[in-house]
Amino acid sequence: MSELTASGTPASVPERPQRWMRFVDSDLLWSFSRSPVTMVAAVIALVIIGAALLTPLIAPQDPYDLASLSLLDATAPPAWLKDGSWNYPLGTDNQGRDVLSAVLYGTRLSLLLGCSAVILSFLLGVTLGLIAGWRGGIVDALIMRVADVQLSFPAILIALLIDGVVRSVLPRQVQTEISLYVTVLAIALSYWVHFARTVRGSTMVERNKEYIQAARVIGVHPARIVVGHLLPNVVGPILVIATINLATAILTEATLSFLGVGLPPTEPSLGTLIRIGNDYLLSGDWWISIFPGIALALLILSVNLLGDWLRDAFNPKLR
Amino acid sequence: MTPKNTEPLLRVENLRVEVPSRRGALTAVDDVSFDIAPGEVLGVVGESGAGKSLTGAAIIGLLEPPLRIAGGSITLSGRRIDTLPYEAMRRVRGKEIGVIFQDPLTSLNPLHTVGHQLVETVRTHLDMGSVEARGRALSLLGEVGIAAAEERIDHYPHQFSGGMRQRVVIALAIAASPRLIIADEPTTALDVSVQAQIIALLKRLGRDHGTAIMLVTHDMGVIAETAHRVAVMYAGRIVEIGSVRKIIDRPSHPYTAGLMASIPRTSGPRGRLQQIDGTMPRLNAIPEGCPFNPRCPKRLSRCRHDRPDLIPSGDADVACWLYLPVSEPTHA
Amino acid sequence: MPDDTILEVNDLQHHFDVSPPALDRVLRGKGRVAVKALDGVSFSIRRGENFSLVGESGCGKTTVARCIVGLYRPSAGNIVFDGVDIGRLKQRNAMSRVRRRMQMVFQDPYASLNPRWRVRKIVAEPLVTHRLVTDKAELRTRVGELLEQVRLSPADGDKFPHEFSGGQRQRISIARALAAHPDLLVCDEPTSALDVSVQAQILNLMKDLQRRLGLTYLFISHNLAVIYQISDRVGVMYLGRLVEVATADQLFSTPRHPYTQLLLETIPRLDPPDGSSGEREPVAGEVPNPIHPPPGCAFHPRCPLANDRCRNERPSLLIADDAFVACHAVHEGRLSSRLAEPHSPARCD
Repeated sequence: MSELTASGTPASVPERPQRWMRFVDSDLLWSFSRSPVTMVAAVIALVIIGAALLTPLIAPQDPYDLASLSLLDATAPPAWLKDGSWNYPLGTDNQGRDVLSAVLYGTRLSLLLGCSAVILSFLLGVTLGLIAGWRGGIVDALIMRVADVQLSFPAILIALLIDGVVRSVLPRQVQTEISLYVTVLAIALSYWVHFARTVRGSTMVERNKEYIQAARVIGVHPARIVVGHLLPNVVGPILVIATINLATAILTEATLSFLGVGLPPTEPSLGTLIRIGNDYLLSGDWWISIFPGIALALLILSVNLLGDWLRDAFNPKLR
Repeated sequence: MTPKNTEPLLRVENLRVEVPSRRGALTAVDDVSFDIAPGEVLGVVGESGAGKSLTGAAIIGLLEPPLRIAGGSITLSGRRIDTLPYEAMRRVRGKEIGVIFQDPLTSLNPLHTVGHQLVETVRTHLDMGSVEARGRALSLLGEVGIAAAEERIDHYPHQFSGGMRQRVVIALAIAASPRLIIADEPTTALDVSVQAQIIALLKRLGRDHGTAIMLVTHDMGVIAETAHRVAVMYAGRIVEIGSVRKIIDRPSHPYTAGLMASIPRTSGPRGRLQQIDGTMPRLNAIPEGCPFNPRCPKRLSRCRHDRPDLIPSGDADVACWLYLPVSEPTHA
Repeated sequence: MPDDTILEVNDLQHHFDVSPPALDRVLRGKGRVAVKALDGVSFSIRRGENFSLVGESGCGKTTVARCIVGLYRPSAGNIVFDGVDIGRLKQRNAMSRVRRRMQMVFQDPYASLNPRWRVRKIVAEPLVTHRLVTDKAELRTRVGELLEQVRLSPADGDKFPHEFSGGQRQRISIARALAAHPDLLVCDEPTSALDVSVQAQILNLMKDLQRRLGLTYLFISHNLAVIYQISDRVGVMYLGRLVEVATADQLFSTPRHPYTQLLLETIPRLDPPDGSSGEREPVAGEVPNPIHPPPGCAFHPRCPLANDRCRNERPSLLIADDAFVACHAVHEGRLSSRLAEPHSPARCD
């Protein structure tokens, strides 16, 4: 009988490639390099995210610092137009705020808000989805019926509802202070269902696979099975949803702010900026809303394209 | 009852199936040639990934993209069919070549009654009115051994058991009296006692109608009971082809010999089983020379560099340097 | 119970609830429906023995395995492992101690290993779970030894399951099952997803390991040839019941139950049976729907020897010589004439 190792490899197995080499060699990177649209989207997204992170350093003006604003410079057009000045490359708004700085700060805020909302709904949805899928039975029925009810209300409606409740209960001063948190919560509450449903579905599939049963036979504690075995195997498709939800969350925030129930004008997000500019659109001061609008569109588009690519890259059937 | 030496019904020559990958095309079926005579049952055996199912799929024009035929020719009664456009091939399939797959559930439409599907198939390929076609459907069900056909014809596939469903699939495959049936693992999903029934049915079809059958399976037992000749595939190539008793009782190629020896039997000694060490290479790692050489107990030095072709050796065709008229006796 | 019995299964029952949802039951006035996947199965396994269960799909052999390792909770009956009634164990700790000594090898090597874990972590899981090895370096050494035990190399521990072939994965699965030094290994169709040449490797490995480590196997398979090669004793199951238990030699040379005879007659053979041209008329019929099993002996609709008693009275597993058979015909001696002519196939149309 041969005592060869069954792997058929010689005894001196070559050193396993470094993590970095494996990454460079991975199918994910390969599919990335084959999609020019995705690469452009990634560059745009990186520029926007970089700008948002570095805003306090690169913005010409601090739009929150009321002292630096001058009403005399209000509604100045972009620099390349008549009466424009390179002090305000993209012009100023009705209060003399530099539009470029406002857009930078607004993007930063929108991204922060969108990410927080997605993370919160991710945590909520994944937890509830795992519980529903793992336990099954009455717990599952309960969670999923709540999800069904939730799904029949549009996100905007839920946000408006929460906002309305907060407004009627809390004093105005507190409202402004916590408006950021309220908006995040409102968006998170309307998006957890997507996560919960997907996680529940894949949990129910994975739960019956033999590697989960093997862990049960070994005697692994159920909590450890869920966290150690189940979670890593259901989280892949969820990351794709998270990316696409990020775009939707930012858009929802912009919509809420545009409708006046999101962030207050003192802390303008992109949506707030567009709303402020909207009043001046007809009087010819188009730059106040158009530039935040372009920033928003670019941000959403690039994030969505990245999400689409991720979905295709993770789906072997479409490759 | 081996068929007489007549004009082959199906001739496959130098068939090559490739699948493009990011590191160039991988060859899944490599230079495969064989004939099937009318009324003959050719068994095609091999381990999973050996290319046996792909060979079948290539013949019926049902290779799943991105797999494609990259070379060679397939001729059915003197007419090339590998170059036919999709629509023409669809008519050949069903009319001239019947197909039986492993899982009867995937071959039957769950939304239609068995009778509907049979009548549909009969009328697609034969010039028949609906009454006449239903009559033919009834006789087909009777032919494949479904009792009370008048009653069963209006049942849906889920009302049949696994073995009965496979009988219905066979009835569909022979609906237009094709001259060739490609059966891909027709008994694998069935229990042993039902397996035997299906094998008997396939054999009867070949005998009664002169239908040729290409039987693709990994189960040598099924082959031994059914086939006249056997082609053994390894890593996309045929390594040996010959009569069924020759292949089973006196295999020439070291792989065939190892395969036969590793099959557990229900009688005789119960010690260790013969095993072939290692595993069949993946498509992207097929070794240079003879694809079997790293696992071969009788490897010669040239096996590592020169790829042997399928050449006649005694009563079989073998692709192995051991069976060359002038062989190099230098063991590696 | 004799001293060398390691596992005893007594009147094991397992019912699957296949009722329609609660609302449907109320609205349409339908009752609960249960499938008796196991309907009173009893057997015992001796230490160091290889006991196999064989039968066609739906006979309940896998359900037995899953009840024993605790994946299913039996509806009735008990399972006694080394003198301890597993069903009575309530505490996790006590349960976990027994669990460690019974491990399982699964059918599908592509599904039984967590695709996102490295092989090292997979094989180490039982050691970590039962805190058998706490030192990191020691754990590494131990996993290396386990991999070598199944003829893989310790360096394979750094790879992911998808880098291995089916046979190699099944070796990893065996290494994991062996990690915590179990006494009993429950193997549920461990080779049925593998190619025949690889199957031979795995069966040989399992035989070697049994000899070397003194393991006891409960081996589940539908493949009679595999069963013949690996088993000491065999239990034949049909529709949730054991119909015959005998040593492998006995079962394959002189099968007693008509169903066992049918199984042995229908396996496709490489060598044509003596005196015939390989033409055998197959037995008609299929395994009936387990929701409505036939009354009396479940096999009677397909049995050539069935009489009124078989149709009404369920036979129990009785000693016939030194084996067990559940068949009225055998007990009444009606079968003896058939045994004299082994090549008359059982027919029923």
